[in-house]
Amino acid sequence: MTLLEFIVFLPLLAVLAILAGAPARYTALSAAIVNAIAVILVTIRFGSYSVESATAGFMASSRELLASPKLSLAFAADGLSLVLVILTVIVTVAAVWASPAESKIKGSVKLYYVSSLLISAGALGAFLSTDLFFFYAFHELALIPTFLMIGIFGHGEDRKRTAWTITIYLGVGSLILLAGLIALFFNLGGNSFAFADLYGQATGASGNPISSGAQNSIFLTLLIGFGILISLFPFHSWAPRAYAEAPTPVAMLHAGVLKKFGLYGLLRLAMPLLPGGAEHWQTLLLVLLLGNIIIIGLVTIAQRRLDTMLGYSSVMHMGYVFLGIASGNSIGWSGAALLMFAHGISIALLFALAGSLRDRVGSLEFDLLRGGLAKKAPALGLLFGFAAFASIGLPGFANFASEVLVFFGGFKEMGDGIGALQWATIIALWGVVISAVYMLRAYRNVFKGPLADADAKASFGDLTAGERVPILLLVIALMVVGFMPNLLLMFLNPVMETLALFGR
Amino acid sequence: MPAYTLEIIVFALGLAILMVDAFAKLEDKRSLAWLGILGLLVAFGLLFKVEPHGEGDASPFWLFYSDNRTSLFYKGIALLTTIVVLLMAVDYRGLVERFTAPAEKGAHSQAGLGEFFALPVLACGALMCMASAIHLVSIFVSLEAVTITFYIMVAYLRRNVGSLEAGVKYLILGALSTGFLVYGFAWLYGVTGSMELPKIAAALNEDGINTTAALFSFALILVALGFKVGAAPFQLWIPDVYQGAPTPITAFLSVASKAAGFVVLLRVSKVFLESTAGDLSAHAATAFAVIAGLTLLYGNLAAIPQTNFKRLLAYSSIAHAGFLLAAIAAAPTQESGMSVFQVVAFYLGAYLLMTLLAFLVVGLVRVHRDSEELEAYRGLGKTSPFLALVLLVAMASLAGVPLTAGFFGKFFVFKLVVEQHQWGLLVLVIVGAAAGFYYYLKVVASMYWQEPVSDGQAAIPVSGITRTAMVVLIALIIVAGFAPGVILSLVR
Repeated sequence: MTLLEFIVFLPLLAVLAILAGAPARYTALSAAIVNAIAVILVTIRFGSYSVESATAGFMASSRELLASPKLSLAFAADGLSLVLVILTVIVTVAAVWASPAESKIKGSVKLYYVSSLLISAGALGAFLSTDLFFFYAFHELALIPTFLMIGIFGHGEDRKRTAWTITIYLGVGSLILLAGLIALFFNLGGNSFAFADLYGQATGASGNPISSGAQNSIFLTLLIGFGILISLFPFHSWAPRAYAEAPTPVAMLHAGVLKKFGLYGLLRLAMPLLPGGAEHWQTLLLVLLLGNIIIIGLVTIAQRRLDTMLGYSSVMHMGYVFLGIASGNSIGWSGAALLMFAHGISIALLFALAGSLRDRVGSLEFDLLRGGLAKKAPALGLLFGFAAFASIGLPGFANFASEVLVFFGGFKEMGDGIGALQWATIIALWGVVISAVYMLRAYRNVFKGPLADADAKASFGDLTAGERVPILLLVIALMVVGFMPNLLLMFLNPVMETLALFGR
Repeated sequence: MPAYTLEIIVFALGLAILMVDAFAKLEDKRSLAWLGILGLLVAFGLLFKVEPHGEGDASPFWLFYSDNRTSLFYKGIALLTTIVVLLMAVDYRGLVERFTAPAEKGAHSQAGLGEFFALPVLACGALMCMASAIHLVSIFVSLEAVTITFYIMVAYLRRNVGSLEAGVKYLILGALSTGFLVYGFAWLYGVTGSMELPKIAAALNEDGINTTAALFSFALILVALGFKVGAAPFQLWIPDVYQGAPTPITAFLSVASKAAGFVVLLRVSKVFLESTAGDLSAHAATAFAVIAGLTLLYGNLAAIPQTNFKRLLAYSSIAHAGFLLAAIAAAPTQESGMSVFQVVAFYLGAYLLMTLLAFLVVGLVRVHRDSEELEAYRGLGKTSPFLALVLLVAMASLAGVPLTAGFFGKFFVFKLVVEQHQWGLLVLVIVGAAAGFYYYLKVVASMYWQEPVSDGQAAIPVSGITRTAMVVLIALIIVAGFAPGVILSLVR
């Protein structure tokens, strides 16, 4: 068993242990921390291993399950999957830690922790699989836990409807995606699900074997399938409500980690394997991503509740990642991947803080939050300020570094004249202003200004030590990468350069 | 050991159970069920000792009976299903006693129970014959042996109106479909001059045959077998019969009977689908595509509003028949990679695991909560967490959540449909699978989201052996969800 297999299956073993009666919080937390340590070990060995040659896949393992068509339980890490796995383990530790104590959960404690672990295992498996089938299958591990968690522990009266919406919407999206992936599989030989074989077919001596018509239709199917999972405009309507009403750890893991699956799939499969399709639909993608940035950005400003505002802001920021992907060059793609990391950490941080705030005040409506809370809970206020600045993309946080790269990627080919991509980048830049508007306004309304009398008398305190741990973990991760983006870019750049060559 | 020894063992076992029941004056008739389970387990073990008959064996018996790996696979399905059905029947005995107890005084309180354990074993033998049938006569005889046993079993609760109603419906429609089948076979014999499937296939490849007449016989056979497997528009009996029949028998009907129906359907229709005469195969494929589409739509959409769990499972069984038919409709004419036999076999194997798992829970809830409505499952996650988890796995697999056996089944169907560019069918498969998410998760939502009907509802007791069966089924579902080769390698 390689270390990577261990990383994928440890959460599942912890799930079994919890179901068999092990103490839920303790088991889940230890599994998450052990996994984080294992990922650190992988990273260290990866870094010392010569990054250039590792793009083919580090620590590859493969267990063949079916000979024809070739299907195997295969894992390997390259720079891209490694960065996403680092993201996953950081957010998992934070999410499990931020889960309420067992005595405070009304209902099945086991379910609460099992769900977080299953979502985490699904993401890890999807990012590390080098087999088309398991890449898809692991992602779906999260489907039923999310459904149950929102339905049982969700906030708000409408939680059942929300649980149905997200489940059916994502279920349909996955099925469309599956159809696209199978079509891709048949157009690339049709006898092996291994990524390596698919890449081999696409880069064979005679060039990409997929006809341009097939490329266009498969790319569109994949764009819709992945797009639904990523909440690409106009398939976004499931996301804000689901994130607003989901229990904190589910919102952190789903918005922070799981949503990156679709983006990862676009970078890993759709863009390199279907370069013609990507070119054909570039304009459409640019229009849709501007919908994410500008239209959803304006919708975000109009929100009256902090949690739905965060939900919409997460949808909006997907637009930047799409912009990086649409740029089609390795700078933009590195930026997109780094932004996936940065956004994952920052949105998990914001949801964790919003959860702590809800525990104290009982509501997240701006009308009921009369401001000045930073006086009562200074640490909460300060950390929320950090998170808000990170989300806007201020220098010093990982979001800044990655958004800069995304914009560079957009402008890279400006020497050839200003095309659709450059115009889209110019418009997208205004999104930064939009996010500054809603984030700073929310910050001021909730934390700054005079403290209302009712709040002054209310008996709630600042973040407890236990609550600070996961939040500080996330803030530190954002700042370390913000000051030294090269820590992750050194893993990402070689992969992106390789993948970007596919279309040439 | 030749394959037919197994059928002999199973039939002898069934008769032995009847004899012991008649002469041994047992106080507790559960021992009959244990006897049956033990005997079937032995037969299942012997399944792996079967040696195919030699090339030189020219006995005319082998014209009626095939002992290839596909046949053995379906024999295994029949045996496994019957074992689980007998387990369920033991848990269910209270209801059988209640609805069959003799009116006269002094009679044994379990008077009606012995046959309830013997009949499934006899049906199992007949199903195993069906799995091997490759001659129109042996197909017909074994099919009738199965169906007649089921007539009795469906109407077994003779003091329960629902069971009787189900029995009458099944009897009338079953008899009608039998008529179609014989008539179709007669035409097929008339067209090809043979009753052996290989010879029929050869005859249908000749140019001079009357394709109109062949197509007519195909249509008649399709109607009859469509009835057996529950394909639209011949599915009307399924919800009522499934709901009315005793729960173990419903499980039997929906798994073993369907699997045997599919293997016969596949064998007979392959003859037409691969014919090179005229446009016979094209017409046959179109008929399959239409029926598959109708079945997918009807089964999945009609399942959505159901509130009775057994009826829901009945529609789900129609829906799964739709996926299987879609695979047959998209069967490639040239062998490439995985044959349609393998796809169907895998799907049915997975379907067996998850459906039996669901029915194990349904039977227990029926006995202890005296209801089959979805209402009875409210709060099961709180009162009986183990049963709720079992049902959760069953529902997830039926809905086709990845890393369960059910997903691979659907995945292979998807693959065939995409491979053959059947885009219309693909849309219906997606719609059907998406609807499945809703109605299967409805059960999950009821168990976990809602409070129990009343406070202090006791947990449902699960006997050790039932619990073991459930754990084994769950383990198999997950193993097959990771490694489909486990099942696929059994079929060729």
